[in-house]
Amino acid sequence: MKIEYYIFLSIALFCIGIVGVLTRRNAIIVFMCVELMLNAANLLLVAFSKMHHLAQKASNPTAGTDGQLFVFFIMVVAAAEVSVGLAIIVMMYRNVHSVDINFLNRLKH
Amino acid sequence: MIPVLLIVIPLLSGCISFFLKDGNSARAWALLSSIVTCIVSIAGLVYFTSNDQWNTNAEWIPSLGSRFAVGGDGLGKLLSLLTAVSFPIIFIATYKSSYIRANHFFGLMLLSQAGLMGVFLSVDALLFYFFWELALIPAYFLCSIWGGERRIPVTFKFFIYTFIASLLMLVGIIYLYSKTPDQSFALSSFYNVNLSNQEELWLFWLFFAAFAVKMPIFPFHTWQPDTYEQSPTATTMVLSGIMVKMGLFGVIRWLVPILPTASWAWGDGVSTLCIIGMIYASLIAIQQDDLKRLIAYSSIAHIGLMCLAIFATNTVSMQGVMIQMFNHGINIIGLWIVVELIERQFKTRKISELGGLAQKAPGLAILLVIISLANVALPLTNAFIGEFLMFSGIFSSTATKYNIVFTASAGITIILSAIYTLNMIQRVLYGNTNALTAEAKDIRMNEKMILVIIVVGIIVIGVYPKPVLEITQGTVESILSRMISKQP
Amino acid sequence: MSKLVYLVPLLPFIGFLVNGLFRNKLSKSLTGIIGSGVILGSFIISLLIFFEVKQESFRPVIVSLFDFINAGKLSIAFSFQVDQLSSLFLLIITGVGFLIHVYSIAYMHEERNDHFARYFSYLNLFVFSMLLLVLGGNYVIMFIGWEGVGLCSYLLIGYWFKNTEYNNAAKKAFIMNRIGDLGFLLAVFWMIAQFGSVNFADVFEAAPTTSVAVLTGITLLLFVGATGKSAQIPLYTWLPDAMAGPTPVSALIHAATMVTAGIYMIARSNILYTLAPVSQTVVAVIGLATAIFAASIALKQNDIKKVLAYSTVSQLGYMFLALGVGAYTGAVFHVMTHAFFKALLFLGAGSVIHAMHHEQDIRNMGGLKKYLPVTHLTFLLGCIAIAGIPPFSGFFSKDEILAASFSSNIIYWVIGVLTAGITAFYMFRLYASTFLGKFRGTEEQKHHLHESPVTMTIPLILLAILAVVGGLVGIPAVFMENGHALEHFLAPVFAESNKLKEAHHLDHNTEYLLMGISVAIAVIGIFAAISRFSKKPEALKPAESGIGKLLANKWYVDELYQAIIIKPINTFSKFLNRTIEKNIIDWIVNGIGRLLQYGSRQIRWIQSGQVGSYVLLMVVSILVFFVIQFFF
Repeated sequence: MKIEYYIFLSIALFCIGIVGVLTRRNAIIVFMCVELMLNAANLLLVAFSKMHHLAQKASNPTAGTDGQLFVFFIMVVAAAEVSVGLAIIVMMYRNVHSVDINFLNRLKH
Repeated sequence: MIPVLLIVIPLLSGCISFFLKDGNSARAWALLSSIVTCIVSIAGLVYFTSNDQWNTNAEWIPSLGSRFAVGGDGLGKLLSLLTAVSFPIIFIATYKSSYIRANHFFGLMLLSQAGLMGVFLSVDALLFYFFWELALIPAYFLCSIWGGERRIPVTFKFFIYTFIASLLMLVGIIYLYSKTPDQSFALSSFYNVNLSNQEELWLFWLFFAAFAVKMPIFPFHTWQPDTYEQSPTATTMVLSGIMVKMGLFGVIRWLVPILPTASWAWGDGVSTLCIIGMIYASLIAIQQDDLKRLIAYSSIAHIGLMCLAIFATNTVSMQGVMIQMFNHGINIIGLWIVVELIERQFKTRKISELGGLAQKAPGLAILLVIISLANVALPLTNAFIGEFLMFSGIFSSTATKYNIVFTASAGITIILSAIYTLNMIQRVLYGNTNALTAEAKDIRMNEKMILVIIVVGIIVIGVYPKPVLEITQGTVESILSRMISKQP
Repeated sequence: MSKLVYLVPLLPFIGFLVNGLFRNKLSKSLTGIIGSGVILGSFIISLLIFFEVKQESFRPVIVSLFDFINAGKLSIAFSFQVDQLSSLFLLIITGVGFLIHVYSIAYMHEERNDHFARYFSYLNLFVFSMLLLVLGGNYVIMFIGWEGVGLCSYLLIGYWFKNTEYNNAAKKAFIMNRIGDLGFLLAVFWMIAQFGSVNFADVFEAAPTTSVAVLTGITLLLFVGATGKSAQIPLYTWLPDAMAGPTPVSALIHAATMVTAGIYMIARSNILYTLAPVSQTVVAVIGLATAIFAASIALKQNDIKKVLAYSTVSQLGYMFLALGVGAYTGAVFHVMTHAFFKALLFLGAGSVIHAMHHEQDIRNMGGLKKYLPVTHLTFLLGCIAIAGIPPFSGFFSKDEILAASFSSNIIYWVIGVLTAGITAFYMFRLYASTFLGKFRGTEEQKHHLHESPVTMTIPLILLAILAVVGGLVGIPAVFMENGHALEHFLAPVFAESNKLKEAHHLDHNTEYLLMGISVAIAVIGIFAAISRFSKKPEALKPAESGIGKLLANKWYVDELYQAIIIKPINTFSKFLNRTIEKNIIDWIVNGIGRLLQYGSRQIRWIQSGQVGSYVLLMVVSILVFFVIQFFF
């Protein structure tokens, strides 16, 4: 498959993520949208990694693998982030009985 | 080795101090640390005088070409000695003052000492800048947390002044760095940097602004009286006794030898500023009613003279500046101690509310009179040596056509300083007692001892200044030879 | 012996330390013994030095103690110079100083123990500084003494520090001296720039090859220093106010020794002045103007010490006149005789004040002759001496000055003689209204009137003897060939100057004539004063208008200085403090701060606290970066 398809897919995913983050008020959905954006980036990384690998396989058998490595890093970080983020959302729900992020404007104070 | 010790001892003990629970132990810890530093410094001057012991050059940030290079030439030795000697005196003199969160207070004081030591001893520009900020930042906190009523706006002003100035200097340092042949921050590389005249001329003001604020030179001075007034006295002593020397030190070490052409070119301008500042500050000092502000303005006048003498560019004036930096530190700390003692006893610093102390506290009176006389540079006190050399150097300066005008107009401050100092003495010590001072007590033995030590120092240097002058002889010669080779 | 010269100042210094440090422990008599004893010791050593110096074969000795200041090419040693001039001054200072110390023991007896010791320590410190001044082997050491005596004068004028007026007088003295000191310092700097040295020997050797303009500048600046220390126009106003100090202090510092420092300094630098004729003229004119000006003020003063103070200013003017016309020996001679008779007069005045319980107004005195016989007699001798009646000491020295000024410029002489007449008049006005006539004080004062104790009268008697016979060391050539022992003694010091100056020898008849005129005028002054003031106390009433009022108010000079110098400076400094500092410089700095605050308030809406808006901002900025990246 051509690389452009991957790129367009991931752009689409990323934009959905951004729009979601910007428009939705439910914290959990915002969170999911963030994950969507991360995964859009992952998708790109994997796609490019494959592309580079195919192109340089002959001269360098390990070409392009570092992109895949990054994906693992991102997944680990994302997992950590999810655990922290969900904890924050739970705490927030406990305090204000809502997961509406507009209640979170106390950052200012 | 010695410079490293001088920096590391206060740095470590300052950090440790933050973790001490009890205020009294923090106080004792700080005193102990400062005494150890003082011993190291004196030992360094007397026993371990070889170059190996005074120079350390280690890897620091190799990718930037910055090294942890510290070393003491005469100037560095003298000022690190001043720093090392002052801190124990400050701690002892203010031993009775109590502070909230004393452990933080003393921790910050020690960090500031480490910063000062670093400024005076580092021979790497980035390191110098690092220590410069390390010395200043604790001062902000010391003033804004432990200061007087108006501390917040005053610290704000202090911060604006010094921060803007430091940034200008940083820009200058980075520019010079980019011009060095070997991409290095070392002082020696800075000395070898090749600049066009145009570049020198504007770089000069980047550096000079930073140093002028610190000294301070008119019209960059208004932070100083306010900050001195509002800071806790121990901090004021550090600020005025040692920190103002950072400015002078900067000019001598980092400005004049690196940008000699510009220094010749701007010399007259800077000198005029200094003189205006001296007369201006002296005249304002006459009007002050607060002891701290009075001393602050008097200090501005004295520092102005030192800066003026630097730009006179000859051995005599330069030696005068060197010894006067040391003397000014000692004398002004002595004055602050007296202010502290007066404030502690009467809860006021207003000259108009005091009076007649000589009857009730003869010990204090005698010592204050002697220190004040040193402040007006009476012969056989240390300040006379410094002022005599500086004035003499300015008079015979070949750096300017206006040497006689400069000397004569700067000389007016000799008279003005007598006026405000004697006014102060008269209104604080003489006359009849009032309701506030009727029950005054003389100072205690330990306080007397500290002041006596200062007074003895004043007189010994005043009568036999040779050892101090000898420390800086070599430095002066080398700086001047750099300058003179570029004389237009 | 001259190698041990450092002992001379060292002894008073030790006295200062002992009396100062142990002021709470020592008894009064012990303090007095230490205080006077050290001066006596110095006096004895000075005498021994004097006899050594007196020998024909003597050459000036320089005793270097240690390197004082060393910087670059400048090297200043802490050195003493012993020669004829300094040894003579040593004798005057320690000799008169000793007598005044002894006198002080009784005079200050009412003081508390520690204050008594404080007084003696100050007095010893003063003698130490004064000795440094005259012994210094270069101008810097001289300057140390120069400022040191100013300090001691400050401390002693303000000795009774509870009194604000006294403190003001002390402050005024110090500050006016400082103005002069600045001139002195500038002269020293100029010497360093010009000659590279401040040693007397080096400077004087280089002087003849130096341009006259430079020498004129240096000498005029030095003279500014002298006007401060020796109370000449325009810096003289501190000296009358300095009478606030204890009377022995006025005798020692403000009459006999410190105020003559300026004369010593110019006499020491005689070669510089001789080479700069303009400066000499300035010195002579200022001296002469001061002499007659101060004498005119003294005519109308009613405070016994103020009269003596103005008379001191006037006599100092005489000495400067002598220096100005090149009669250096005459000036030094007058310093010596003046030290004797003026110290005598001040101590006599002190004795009167002591007897009158601190009353100083002569309107409340009168008829003290029979109560204070010793004081009266010695005071009278002093008055005759200052009036210049032969063969008292004042006659010889004053006459030498007048003769020299006659040969220089006849106007100098006319004014000088006039001043001598005024001097005789006001001195005998003082004498007559104090000792003659009827007692005008209160009954209580009358009841307590008594002659002073022996420790006070003996110094009076000794000084009176000196005031009478002191002039015999300088008998002019008209009376006796080689009678002027002093001139002979001082000749080496002034040798260079004398070589340059063509000698004016007045013929004997002229000289007799001049003497006759001046003595006649003095006698007229004396009799006019006695007849006017001995019986008629109303003559002392202050004049309501006209010149009398002007004189009684000292020509309003203090008021003038107040109006044209002190007030403008004060107003200006207030203006700087209130307007420039607070309203301009601070306004700018705070303005920068306010600008930042204003700016940050304007962009505060971005920090809404809404997570959404932060994210939106982030996305928008990223998009902007993209756009920049791709399209520019």
